[in-house]
Amino acid sequence: MTDLLKISGLSVEFPTRRGNVKAVRNVGLTVSPGEVVGLVGESGAGKSTIGNAVIDLLESPGRVAEGSILFQGEELRGKDESEMRRIRGDRIGMIFQDPQTSLNPLMTIGDQLVETLEKTSGLRGQKAEARAIDLIESVGITEAKARLKAYPHQFSGGMRQRVVIALALAGDPELIIADEPTTALDVSNQAQILDLIKALCRERQVGVIIVTHDIGVIANIADRVCVMYRGEVVETGPVAQILGKPQHEYTKSLIAAVPRADVKLHRFNSVDYIEGGDDVRRRIDVQTHWLGAARTANASGNAIEVQDLNLAFTLQKAILKKNRKMLRAVDNVSFNVRQGETFGLVGESGSGKSTVARLIAGLYTPDSGVIRINGQDVSTAPRDPQVIEARRALQMIFQDPYSSLNARMRVLDIVAEPIRFYKLTSSESETRTIVGDLLDHVGLGAQAAIRYPHEFSGGQRQRISIARALASRPRILICDEPTSALDVSVQATILNLLKDLQQELGLTMLFISHDLPVIRQMCDRIAVMRSGQICEIAETQALFETPQHEYSKHLLDLMPRMDLLRPVEAA
Amino acid sequence: MNEAPTRWQRIRESDITHSFLSSPGAMIAAAITVACILTAFLAPLIAPFDPFDPAQISLWDGKLPPAWAEGGQPQYLLGTDNQGRDMLSTILYGGRLSIIVGLAAVALGMVLGVMLGVISGYVGGTTDAVIMRIADVQLTIPGILLAILINGIGRAALPLDMREEFAIYVVIIAIGLTDWPQFARVARGATLVEANKEYVQAARVIGLPGWLIMVRHILPNTLRPVLVIATIGLALSIISEATLSFLGQGIPPTTPSLGTLIRVGNEYLFSGLWWITFFPAIALVVLVFAVNLLGDWMRDALNPKLR
Repeated sequence: MTDLLKISGLSVEFPTRRGNVKAVRNVGLTVSPGEVVGLVGESGAGKSTIGNAVIDLLESPGRVAEGSILFQGEELRGKDESEMRRIRGDRIGMIFQDPQTSLNPLMTIGDQLVETLEKTSGLRGQKAEARAIDLIESVGITEAKARLKAYPHQFSGGMRQRVVIALALAGDPELIIADEPTTALDVSNQAQILDLIKALCRERQVGVIIVTHDIGVIANIADRVCVMYRGEVVETGPVAQILGKPQHEYTKSLIAAVPRADVKLHRFNSVDYIEGGDDVRRRIDVQTHWLGAARTANASGNAIEVQDLNLAFTLQKAILKKNRKMLRAVDNVSFNVRQGETFGLVGESGSGKSTVARLIAGLYTPDSGVIRINGQDVSTAPRDPQVIEARRALQMIFQDPYSSLNARMRVLDIVAEPIRFYKLTSSESETRTIVGDLLDHVGLGAQAAIRYPHEFSGGQRQRISIARALASRPRILICDEPTSALDVSVQATILNLLKDLQQELGLTMLFISHDLPVIRQMCDRIAVMRSGQICEIAETQALFETPQHEYSKHLLDLMPRMDLLRPVEAA
Repeated sequence: MNEAPTRWQRIRESDITHSFLSSPGAMIAAAITVACILTAFLAPLIAPFDPFDPAQISLWDGKLPPAWAEGGQPQYLLGTDNQGRDMLSTILYGGRLSIIVGLAAVALGMVLGVMLGVISGYVGGTTDAVIMRIADVQLTIPGILLAILINGIGRAALPLDMREEFAIYVVIIAIGLTDWPQFARVARGATLVEANKEYVQAARVIGLPGWLIMVRHILPNTLRPVLVIATIGLALSIISEATLSFLGQGIPPTTPSLGTLIRVGNEYLFSGLWWITFFPAIALVVLVFAVNLLGDWMRDALNPKLR
């Protein structure tokens, strides 16, 4: 069998004013018809760049420096734009990450499909429409005929991604390049979309390159896998072999770093292969340090109490009450978080878990219900000095490390802000010393203080966020998806840091995540949320082993099947 | 990596410096702008005559053409006006006045507009509605008409003997008050974006009061688009001042600005005394053009999305 796509010796470089950046170095890769090849690696590994190089859609000023790309024996390198345009869509289909932006919101699904079909296969009118219905049905959308008249916004994320796949199939391509096709989707959609791609690939004998950072996706769908690290392929081979018996150190630690859903470990495995793993930090002794001064000996009772919390967002304003459309983002939510425990809130996107966190943090005002922080009711009278005092015990760590730090302030000023505002130290020099200690303690080093946030990577920025949260000496930490924007290897070190801090300082944590394995490793008790309501609250062990609620069972079933990875643990 | 770069290094290494150095248009525009500002502010040193010193003015030398034209005198390079003042010197002094008025008016409009815009965007609700509706109403009136109106009210409010002396401040206030809605809109838009970012939420969770969040966190992050508007606004303010003065509503002829000079010259245009209006007009065009070019470049360099 001849190779459908054969990439050899491919190097891609991005000339910048500070010299050439080689995003991809000497990469070789083959895809056969009916085969799914996974490209896996962390951000910046160059995996998307390979896909873009094949279809000649490299971001400016990137260019292919060396190597050849043979597609059905035909050299793609050096083809001009009009030839490439015929190949793209016609013979190579593409599926992008975000179905939100890869569909035109002003055109109906049918029009978009028909337009593509007219361009790629020359079908017109009735024939094109009939083919569009076929396509829509083949990606598992029912009532295809009626759906053709729908606009993208009327579809859910998973449905939209199906339409994108239908668009990619419109030209009957021989090769499909899927760049993180399920990253923007919830777990329940992820599994279905992956199954669909795999089935279509087998059925139509289409070669698929799937680019992802998620080893779980690879385990589920790929036949062969290339592991990329810093622009190079470090290891390539059949999935079972690579995931089961990885040879390269990087692959080994990458696989080990994936949080486990089956057993609770004391700590996360960190990716040692990557420089700057954890435990390089100079710790401070919290017993004697300023930071530990707020610790109270064995506080008992509830740190957070939430009773019958309600919040509705207005979707459509109207003067008449019956015409208003409201979204019940939080619907009669009640739970308690005990002192010193880690309480998890888990659910899919839109389940209201972040909204609950923001209500507790005081960023939203509830429509009704009571929130107590360390026994003090904070849901009424936000300007009351006692309420302000109670709120000070609570800090929050946000999801996006790129927007959670003010880019125009030095790290010193960011971390020192709560200290200065509440005058927690007696002098400016003491403040500076403490900020240095805090930065040391979160593993950044005191010299980070004089720098600006843009000089740090995502994981480092998240450490700055943690240092800032610690600076007001909180007793309660709300972590809202603190690692969802980070790579697996970085995720492990950040989560370990949070665990350590919690133990040292005796913090209470409210941990919000959509990632079940992470939740399992972090939390003592878990609440499962769905469309604004809490379905079930249970001890971690109990929830994962004997879920009571139907939805909890459903969620657990959808966790990526990682059985292939297990031999690694035994080794 | 351990040594933090100094402020100067940061500026030198920044993308904005790079963009500036690789854009010849921007460099020429900046050079002209700087030259205009320098010559205007150094007018007392470089101008051959002092147009405000009656001892140096002789009516006998009035209406002389430029030095190279027939009947011109070498000491009056660009000729003289109807009162016998050296054109070159009056343009330099007039340019200084125009730039001062422009800068002050933009500064006033910017401070007022940004303050109201940030408050409007951050506080929202009724405050936002009230401020933005006022801005909307003001934007329906042509700027220059409004400036004439405010200017007229301001002058009428002053006692007769103070009108000449304070004319310049009245003009600044009139133009500044006309400018603010632009700044308010831009600042409000930027604030709406910034206020939803997590660093602002983090500041709220820390417990910082609203005014501190606005001043310390939001304001510095809204300044980029504001700076762009300010540069283009500077050119517009200079033109507004010139227009007011041209209409006889602005700076009096005793201390002429570029606009006043053009007006005075305009009366003599048909008698063939073209230089009295021509050279100030050229000076105005060059100045405004350079500042505009600089503003355009800055818009592209700072915020490509604004295009």
